[in-house]
Amino acid sequence: MTADTTTLDASAPRLEVDALIDDPHTRIVVCCGSGGVGKTTTAAALGVRAAERGRRVVVLTIDPARRLAQSMGISELDNVPRQVKDVDESAGGELHAMMLDMKRTFDEIVEGHADAERSRAILENPFYQSLSAGFAGTQEYMAMEKLGQLRANDEWDLIIVDTPPSRSALDFLDAPKRLGSFLDGKFIRVLMAPAKVGGRAGMKFLNVGMSMMTGTLSKLMGGQLLRDVQTFVAAMDTMFGGFRTRADATYRLLQAPGTAFLVVAAPERDALREAAYFVERLAAEQMPLAGLVLNRVHGSGASQLSAERALAAAEALTDQRAEDTHADGADTADTRTASAAPAENNLEADGIVDLDAGKAGPRTAGGLSPAAAEHETPTSASAAQLAAGLLRLHAERMQVLARERRTRDRFTALHPEVPVTEVAALPGDVHDLAGLRAIGDRLAQNRTDTED
Amino acid sequence: MSRLHVVSGKGGTGKTTVAAALALALATEGRRTLLVEVEGRQGIAQLFETEALPYEERKIAVAPASDGAALRAAAGNGSGGEAPRGGGRRGGGEVHALAIDAERALLDYLQMFYKLGSAGRALKKLGAIDFATTIAPGLRDVLLTGKACEAVRRKDKNGRFVYDAVVMDAPPTGRITRFLNVNDEVAGLAKIGPIHNQAQAVMRVLKSPETAVHLVTLLEEMPVQETADGVAELRAAGIPVGGIVINMTRPALLDNGDLDIAARGARAGVAKALSQAGLGGARRGGLADRLIDPLLEQAREHAERVELERAEYAELTAIGLPTYELELLPEGVDLAGLYHLARDLRKQGPI
Ligand SMILES: Nc1ncnc2c1ncn2[C@@H]1O[C@H](COP(=O)(O)OP(=O)(O)OP(=O)(O)O)[C@@H](O)[C@H]1O
Ligand SMILES: Nc1ncnc2c1ncn2[C@@H]1O[C@H](COP(=O)(O)OP(=O)(O)OP(=O)(O)O)[C@@H](O)[C@H]1O
Ligand SMILES: [Mg+2]
Ligand SMILES: [Mg+2]
Repeated sequence: MTADTTTLDASAPRLEVDALIDDPHTRIVVCCGSGGVGKTTTAAALGVRAAERGRRVVVLTIDPARRLAQSMGISELDNVPRQVKDVDESAGGELHAMMLDMKRTFDEIVEGHADAERSRAILENPFYQSLSAGFAGTQEYMAMEKLGQLRANDEWDLIIVDTPPSRSALDFLDAPKRLGSFLDGKFIRVLMAPAKVGGRAGMKFLNVGMSMMTGTLSKLMGGQLLRDVQTFVAAMDTMFGGFRTRADATYRLLQAPGTAFLVVAAPERDALREAAYFVERLAAEQMPLAGLVLNRVHGSGASQLSAERALAAAEALTDQRAEDTHADGADTADTRTASAAPAENNLEADGIVDLDAGKAGPRTAGGLSPAAAEHETPTSASAAQLAAGLLRLHAERMQVLARERRTRDRFTALHPEVPVTEVAALPGDVHDLAGLRAIGDRLAQNRTDTED
Repeated sequence: MSRLHVVSGKGGTGKTTVAAALALALATEGRRTLLVEVEGRQGIAQLFETEALPYEERKIAVAPASDGAALRAAAGNGSGGEAPRGGGRRGGGEVHALAIDAERALLDYLQMFYKLGSAGRALKKLGAIDFATTIAPGLRDVLLTGKACEAVRRKDKNGRFVYDAVVMDAPPTGRITRFLNVNDEVAGLAKIGPIHNQAQAVMRVLKSPETAVHLVTLLEEMPVQETADGVAELRAAGIPVGGIVINMTRPALLDNGDLDIAARGARAGVAKALSQAGLGGARRGGLADRLIDPLLEQAREHAERVELERAEYAELTAIGLPTYELELLPEGVDLAGLYHLARDLRKQGPI
């Protein structure tokens, strides 16, 4: 049919998703992208697909939509992977999934690296409590930390990682470093100065400078906050090197050959601009990019009909209808109930909308639906109206398609080397395994036409 | 009427766009509004197609003369009897913009209160400023909200407010309550001292009727859910919630009612109509006939979405706040589009 206009240009190499997830050398897949583009959905869908194709998979999700989490059985935050039921395991695979609990992950690091008394002191420190509950970067750091743990377990042969809903996809790479450099930085040493530097003769001058500094800080923050910070820092002292070391180790893991990054983007200007930044950044960091997932792309089974022609035809039908109504008003009698006989149709028989109830949602019922509003039986006039409506809808769809294609082409022109797969926009949300399988099919199928 | 409008919402729903449109919409009748950005992303500059904003208030747009002058004049009389600026000229107003930078705000603040010019720089070298503005919990938010509140309260030498309204492009719903509720956080940490006092002063403004938090949403499950949760959280924290802005709405061209008709045997009629409109033969297998299945499939998807949107809409109205709607601009938001959205907001009454 019209594959030429609804699938990818030859210029963009295809991202072969099945080849990627089937490859036993692929051990980690990281889904990144800017906010709301479908990272969590993509990660979960890949997990289901890989498991049903025979791999032992764990998916680390971050803030999944409530219903999605429920349907995967991971709405409890217990910070350990749970096996997902109802996944087809006949190929020998399994799916485990978890939702990241960043505070818990932080607490576990503390508990794992300090004796009971010291870790209690840390966990109860008000400064620690604020820090672990989410200052800029904690979530990213803890996601990396958890990834490191999962990988160290060696219990799964494929780990799929979702990334936090940050403003920018780059935060995922930058935040842990920022935290690491703070925890290793000079400032920490200044804070610890009263405890550590005092007494060493050679440091005397420095010591004066530092106590002046802490004096200033104390004035600014209030003495008690500074004390909290200092106790915290002192208690954490032995662990600081650890943070940096582990952040570095995970970072190296991300550069390893078994890792594949998928950049998820919506076919919109901003999202693709972010995606382009991210692609460049990955290259600079020598991190392996598998490709771009262009999510929520629109297609049409009737793309041979252009928006312009569809609109012109709709107009012609509307004009004609105006004349017809004039000539014959009897057509509009309400005979809806008399004609309820089941008809040959290719539509789902659900939701027949009661238009009066529909008015509860004033915006969406806002006019523009004359055929339904009159509760007509199919007559030539209403058929013409319906046809006009279908054509207008089609014109709108074709405009969306054209816009999405332009945006995508801009990206491909910039990065012709990046393999791309397109995932059609489903009409509803994705919140169950069936939905995830549908996304998985589209991820692997590499086409945007929506017919079945 | 509130003077500090805080615009939040789920990521990507249009916070920056709506904040900018609102700042334009409020800048009629010679009023002056300040649009502030707190996340250091230069979203405002991009939107207004200007170069990156420095840490300095500057005029970035002139609002067009109001098309609802009468309405605006009435609203204006309510707000403390301030005469419009510009000698009663019925023209538009001005939008100023400021990208608040936490680090600069802290250095200014140190300078202001402690004359800490060089010590400030030394702190910066040590990474203390970095610590304070990016890592110390809450402090960064005190600085950002503090600067915005300062602009809200600032008066000129005649004792008139410098800005008639301040609109903040705020952090997303998930962080907004915590962001605005800095007081609890910081008072728990810094129990005394200037930071403590500053936090208290900021909080007084944020919890007063002078402030209104508006949430931007789409008619989709997650943003709507976040909006409902966000409103509950803000209310629990005692922060005044303003309205809900439903962004990127699309007209319902067809719904299940139409599809029902199609299902009841209109197929042949539709094929005939398409054919009459010049789209090929209506016979089975003819061009027009072959269009029907894909067109109906698109209509079915559309109807499903319309249904979903109705359900989400109902959930939003159940929250019981005023709602405003902004349509999806098919070509995206450029400067002209922004003025268009501002006009649409104005038409929907005072926000
Ligand atoms: N192809 C698709 N078709 C239809 N809906 C989709 C599709 N992909 C994702 N969605 C829906 O879009 C919404 C956002 O998706 P998701 O939560 O995966 O995004 P995200 O990138 O993880 O967002 P965040 O940055 O907030 O974490 C969800 O409601 C999801 O069901
Ligand atoms: N009414 C609208 N019609 C069309 N496009 C819109 C509309 N509102 C916003 N957009 C577009 O949607 C995208 C996101 O908007 P915007 O940047 O304002 O969202 P945001 O909530 O500030 O995002 P972030 O969470 O990343 O800060 C932008 O590309 C913007 O141009
Ligand atoms: Mg997510
Ligand atoms: Mg924004």
